Amino acid sequence: MKEKRNLLIGGGLVGVIAVVLVMLGNPKNMGFCIACFIRDIAGGVGMHGAAIVQYVRPEIIGLVCGAFLMALIKKDFAPRGGSSPLTRFVLGFGVMVGALIFLGCPLRMALRIAGGDLNAVVALVGFVVGILIGVVFLKKGFSLGRSYRQGKLEGFAITGINVALLVVLVAFPTLLLFSESGPGSMRAPIWAALAAGLIVGAIAQRTRLCMVGGIRDVILFKDWTLICGFIAIIVIAAIGNIATGNFHLGFTRGLNEAGEIIAQPVAHTEHLWNFLGMTVVGLGSVLLGGCPLRQLILAGEGNTDSAVAVLGMFVGAAFCHNFKLASSGAGTTPNGRIACILMLVVMLVIAVYNTKKSKA
Amino acid sequence: MAKITVDARGLSCPQPVVLTMEALKQNAEAYEILVDNQTALNNVSRFVKNAGKTASVTEKDDEYIIEVK
Repeated sequence: MKEKRNLLIGGGLVGVIAVVLVMLGNPKNMGFCIACFIRDIAGGVGMHGAAIVQYVRPEIIGLVCGAFLMALIKKDFAPRGGSSPLTRFVLGFGVMVGALIFLGCPLRMALRIAGGDLNAVVALVGFVVGILIGVVFLKKGFSLGRSYRQGKLEGFAITGINVALLVVLVAFPTLLLFSESGPGSMRAPIWAALAAGLIVGAIAQRTRLCMVGGIRDVILFKDWTLICGFIAIIVIAAIGNIATGNFHLGFTRGLNEAGEIIAQPVAHTEHLWNFLGMTVVGLGSVLLGGCPLRQLILAGEGNTDSAVAVLGMFVGAAFCHNFKLASSGAGTTPNGRIACILMLVVMLVIAVYNTKKSKA
Repeated sequence: MAKITVDARGLSCPQPVVLTMEALKQNAEAYEILVDNQTALNNVSRFVKNAGKTASVTEKDDEYIIEVK
């Protein structure tokens, strides 16, 4: 009961903060997007050349550091790792591919739903299908193996890397790339973004907020605890969007004076690929044991397996733009569609290979 | 069956609960679930209580032993 209450409050706060970040300059329906923001960071450090999405997003840095600090305070900092790290790298890569096909991680999917974007509802159905597939394997005994205690410095490394990135962003910005147009140019002030990340990172660490765990637990154990966070984010962010005039229900936002279609922000309407992209994200996240947000939080807590998954996402984002896999408002790309199916197959191979029926 | 032990140490979410769920299906007299983090402890405890069992926890060296009846 206490956990449900904490998740409702925590989710509500995340919803409010997401709406505030948009008011302060983040792209619409993108107060947070773990996938897009990791992709933007990849661009900011020159790992890809897509000029409209290059910016070292302080939100990501804040999330990892916030989780680290909260874990430290609560004596939850537990460096551990060694549970099939390379497989997790590949899964993280695949989750990023799927997310950039749809144009959002599960958290952004929730925020887009809260903005009235019906394309995200199509994606949600695909997401649930991906989770269902993952649950089949979980029930059959899927496991990436146990993790083992690691040293404190090892557990701190990913947080340290994020701190170093922050120092470069603030003290040596000329080393980095900053989009001058497009989504990468839409950003809340650095300190606001960092603070928002720190707060949400701390909340997410404390409440174990996880976009995929919520739905997974309902399917697997009929446990409605985690999903309270997911629902609270959508409800509160929706109220905030309505109050700030950012709620537009539909697959598009109607027509402008010239009779042209106004799209939902940073979104496309290819239903099949919004669905399949999030199927890949749902399956990959279940196999990883958590959504991209949760991977960031666990990484901050000292889980080096999750840190490797995050690195997989980072490299995946760079590949997506270097090989034209990522979607845009104009829709999906041929390479992207192939990559999406390919990653689905790869994930199924990983799932089958790592599933051993346990002895009775 | 007298007592089943489930070693869920080092396993990532949601395995500790999945293994516990499988173990409870065996209808033993008692169970002993081993976990090594707070999250797994909370999840497993909540799961067994919802299943109508009692859980008592002993902490030893950063690990937790959950005795379930």
